[in-house]
Amino acid sequence: MSLLTDLLNLDLSDCTGKIIAEYIWVGGTGMDMRSKARTLPGPVDDPSKLPKWNFDGSSTGQATGDDSEVILCPQAIFRDPFRKGKNILVMCDCYAPTGEPIPSNKRSSAANIFSHPDVKAEEPWYGIEQEYTLLQKDINWPLGWPLGGYPGAQGPYYCATGAEKSYGRDIVDAHYKACLYAGVNIGGINAEVMPGQWEFQVGPSVGISAGDELWVARYILERITEIAGVVVSFDPKPVPGEWNGAGAHTNYSTKSMRSEGGYEVIKKAIEKLEARHGEHIAAYGEGNERRLTGRNETADINTFVWGVANRGASVRVGRDTEKEGKGYFEDRRPGSNMDPYVVTSKIAETTILWEPNLSNGE
Amino acid sequence: MALLTDLLNLDLSDSTEKIIAEYIWIGGSGMDLRSKARTLSGPVTDPSKLPKWNYDGSSTGQAPGEDSEVILYPQAIFKDPFRRGNNILVMCDCYTPAGEPIPTNKRHAAAKIFSNPAVSAEEPWYGIEQEYTLLQKDINWPLGWPVGGFPGPQGPYYCSIGADKSFGRDIVDSHYKACLYAGINISGINGEVMPGQWEFQVGPSVGISAGDQVWVARYLLERITEIAGVVVSFDPKPIPGDWNGAGAHTNYSTESMRKDGGFQVIVAAVEKLKLRHKEHIAAYGEGNERRLTGKHETADIHTFSWGVANRGASVRVGRETEQNGKGYFEDRRPASNMDPYVVTAMIADTTILWKP
Repeated sequence: MSLLTDLLNLDLSDCTGKIIAEYIWVGGTGMDMRSKARTLPGPVDDPSKLPKWNFDGSSTGQATGDDSEVILCPQAIFRDPFRKGKNILVMCDCYAPTGEPIPSNKRSSAANIFSHPDVKAEEPWYGIEQEYTLLQKDINWPLGWPLGGYPGAQGPYYCATGAEKSYGRDIVDAHYKACLYAGVNIGGINAEVMPGQWEFQVGPSVGISAGDELWVARYILERITEIAGVVVSFDPKPVPGEWNGAGAHTNYSTKSMRSEGGYEVIKKAIEKLEARHGEHIAAYGEGNERRLTGRNETADINTFVWGVANRGASVRVGRDTEKEGKGYFEDRRPGSNMDPYVVTSKIAETTILWEPNLSNGE
Repeated sequence: MALLTDLLNLDLSDSTEKIIAEYIWIGGSGMDLRSKARTLSGPVTDPSKLPKWNYDGSSTGQAPGEDSEVILYPQAIFKDPFRRGNNILVMCDCYTPAGEPIPTNKRHAAAKIFSNPAVSAEEPWYGIEQEYTLLQKDINWPLGWPVGGFPGPQGPYYCSIGADKSFGRDIVDSHYKACLYAGINISGINGEVMPGQWEFQVGPSVGISAGDQVWVARYLLERITEIAGVVVSFDPKPIPGDWNGAGAHTNYSTESMRKDGGFQVIVAAVEKLKLRHKEHIAAYGEGNERRLTGKHETADIHTFSWGVANRGASVRVGRETEQNGKGYFEDRRPASNMDPYVVTAMIADTTILWKP
């Protein structure tokens, strides 16, 4: 259908100054992404110059039918790798007409935490390792797996090549370039231990932009799997048994951790995380108990453990960081279906703002 | 078929001045679009400079065999996104050789209303939200639905992404760009509540051009689904039961409504629409009673209701309009198979000209 492709690839800049803006938001389940497009009279590169919009919240579980308007506030702009030209993707968050963030809007409170002076001063950096599983459409069985059966046991698939070991690379590589084109700070990709499972990393990103970039990267991924006729799953344990789950390990550092003597700051921060383990786990994704079993490179969900180079720990500190006395650490607990606004802001809040001896520190 | 594509994409401007003009008209059923092409000696940008043409009306249910010529009057020009270059699409309406509009010509009467001084002074703006359903060819079952069965219930599909939720995006996105290329004032698109159903919006357009642009946008859509091997349906309730219908919500404002104090003008206009509810409904599309049930974000066909931000009403006023005290309102009653010439002219007629 090259004729359709000709139309899809039309470069409109010769005939009009208008651009198309795809407004993206997180829907009522907290994981479903939604988007719709509008025409704007010319290019825009500043989110504050984009018009607010609205959508029918009663169709996404975010409002009732008799008062259905939910307001979309543009927060971040990326280039549209599908429409190209000057067309854009716009990451938004959702508000009631009165101006209050709606319950499913997790960005608003995260932005409040990140604009706290103590947090801003520490310039928190995040590197998020998003794992995901590709599934065959209609049967929802992992891509490359035999129908009605299982592939050979894990071992050959991590970072593998070959038609009998690596499934879906065209999706992964298209996604990598699309993200770079869009302006998402994608740090890398690799095939994962379970066949049909992959990972991309976004970062280092500062503060609230970590969440914006990860959500837009997820959006681009699902748009690409849609083109490929494949389903993407962010379930943290898509296949029970001796098959790895999918996580969203979150690497983190503050200015103090990156400076001389940072290793001590890191240790203190980890102790605070340990003290709030229950609260963090509750915010780290639904169904995570199926994944954090203590096997398959995870720590048991009920235990907090940290160590250098320990992939069986809740928090891992790299050997480089230990040697240099400064750096970052990796929180391995979040599930692949975590909300990055929630996780990034909670880590900042606990390690920078929260003090253990406050009686209201929940 | 790279060789065919090479030929289709030939840029003729190096070899000739001639251009191709595709004349488009509405056929005898009132919903079937027809077109044929002719060569012109050079580029044309003004419809009044295009020659009239004619066609065999006995082949479209618009004339008897023994007196079959129907005359095509060019009314609006758009760039041709399929042939590109200087080639054009020409929206026409239909007349007898004696110069009378034929019965299926709804544009003529609409143009009269829009040129009434009281109407043109109010500069009526329209934004039309055209919904439609994509169907698998030959079986006429919605695109993406399992053959012989149904998808999971509505909820995940509105504005969705993903191969398990969104069906036909390449058609929708190529239509968006094709319309912008053609010069149609397409303002947006979105995936709809029923899987396989989509919407595009045309506007704001002034007066008669709203109808011209919606018809040409529909033409482009059906040309694109033809390329994709998919069927487009404008039926207002393609699947009975717990599946949304397809509408053509018509957003409307006049100069008075857009100015300070406009909200009162809007309320008065909506009251007039209420009084003529039956006449409007009769003109708002065949089969609309299957769609306007009072469920699935519609108001019951027998009842006229209006409200702010109320998607279950016949007429909805947006919160912004209420807050600003001026703006526009949305008539949610027209079905996807409405004739935009009829609907836009009737709304202008009732709200500006008609007196209770």
